[in-house]
Amino acid sequence: MNKWEDNKAWFMVIPVFLVVAVSAIIPLMTVVNYSLQDIFGPGQRVYVGLEWYKKALTDSRLHDALSRQLLFSSLVLLIEIPLGIMIALMMPKKGWGASLSLVLVALPLLIPWNVIGTIWIIFMRPDIGLLGAAINNMGIPFDHTAAPFDAWVTVMMMEVWHWTPLVVLLAYAGLQAIPEAYFQAARIDGASAWATFRYIQLPKMRGVLTIAVLLRFMDSFLIYAEPFVLTGGGPGNSTTFLSIYLVKLAVGQFDLGPAAAFSMIYFLIVLLFCWLFYQVLLKVGTGDKS
Amino acid sequence: MSLEWMAWTMPTAIFFITIACLLVAMTVWQAKAPSGERKGFLPIKTTPGDRLFIGLLSSAFIHLAWIGLTSFTLWIAFVIALIWMAILMRWG
Repeated sequence: MNKWEDNKAWFMVIPVFLVVAVSAIIPLMTVVNYSLQDIFGPGQRVYVGLEWYKKALTDSRLHDALSRQLLFSSLVLLIEIPLGIMIALMMPKKGWGASLSLVLVALPLLIPWNVIGTIWIIFMRPDIGLLGAAINNMGIPFDHTAAPFDAWVTVMMMEVWHWTPLVVLLAYAGLQAIPEAYFQAARIDGASAWATFRYIQLPKMRGVLTIAVLLRFMDSFLIYAEPFVLTGGGPGNSTTFLSIYLVKLAVGQFDLGPAAAFSMIYFLIVLLFCWLFYQVLLKVGTGDKS
Repeated sequence: MSLEWMAWTMPTAIFFITIACLLVAMTVWQAKAPSGERKGFLPIKTTPGDRLFIGLLSSAFIHLAWIGLTSFTLWIAFVIALIWMAILMRWG
């Protein structure tokens, strides 16, 4: 095969490249352009250099929102990944039970994001909500619209309920792909359930768990619709995550320049974390100690 | 097609042209003389593309840290980032 044919596949990538260019690169360039200017309206703009970056980097509300976002994403990963693996391990591997449990587990993923927020508003209402009223009737005062801690608990529960199924499905697919011969060898060697999980199932799920961690981190770091509908960023600013603060800045106040600078910093943070996670997860189970 | 909505400025145009030229140069270089992964002072094995990515991302953070922590001219951060990029590409 000559060199031309070896590289012919690259031409197949052109449509994807064009889609990415239109949907990601051009908007990104525009955001960079906006971040250096004060935008008053179409055709009305003033170059301000790095002013908005200075403003964003010294904005205490941004620092607070970033801290909240990091805490939220850390909790999401700490809860959803182990829980998802645990549920996947407990699910039936064959027969009608497998199909039924897959459908049931996938149900929360089918509900639109804004509807999720509305469901949980009603579910957690202290007066008529199934869970909210139940907690209050047990003598524990609970109101996610008034107490920051209660708002956090509600947002976390909603997030875990909504997105753990994705981790379950990915982990389940990873588990199903492990050849039976590995388990037979483990049984012959008298391996415990934990040893089988630690040395067979977990390393074999490395690929899907990499995807799960990356997807869940990025999604949770960029979360907007669900907490916005549920709490609107409150009470106070207790659930104002980066995206909610960004939207308030860009749409609420029409400060496109500062919002664009903020977006660039946000983008770089997401890029850094995703790259770090990717590098760490590439090494899991490979025995690479470097 | 008017690109007015993209609000182009000369500095941002130069910035993106530089990045594009870097990517094209790296592509041509790797097509002519492919180099595989190697282990330098970074704790991971990297290709030249990996090192370019790490260099660009870290340069962005060098600039952000400079803007956020100091009031000196950004050209100093730019020179530091250039030196860092050169070290990373050669020994990273």
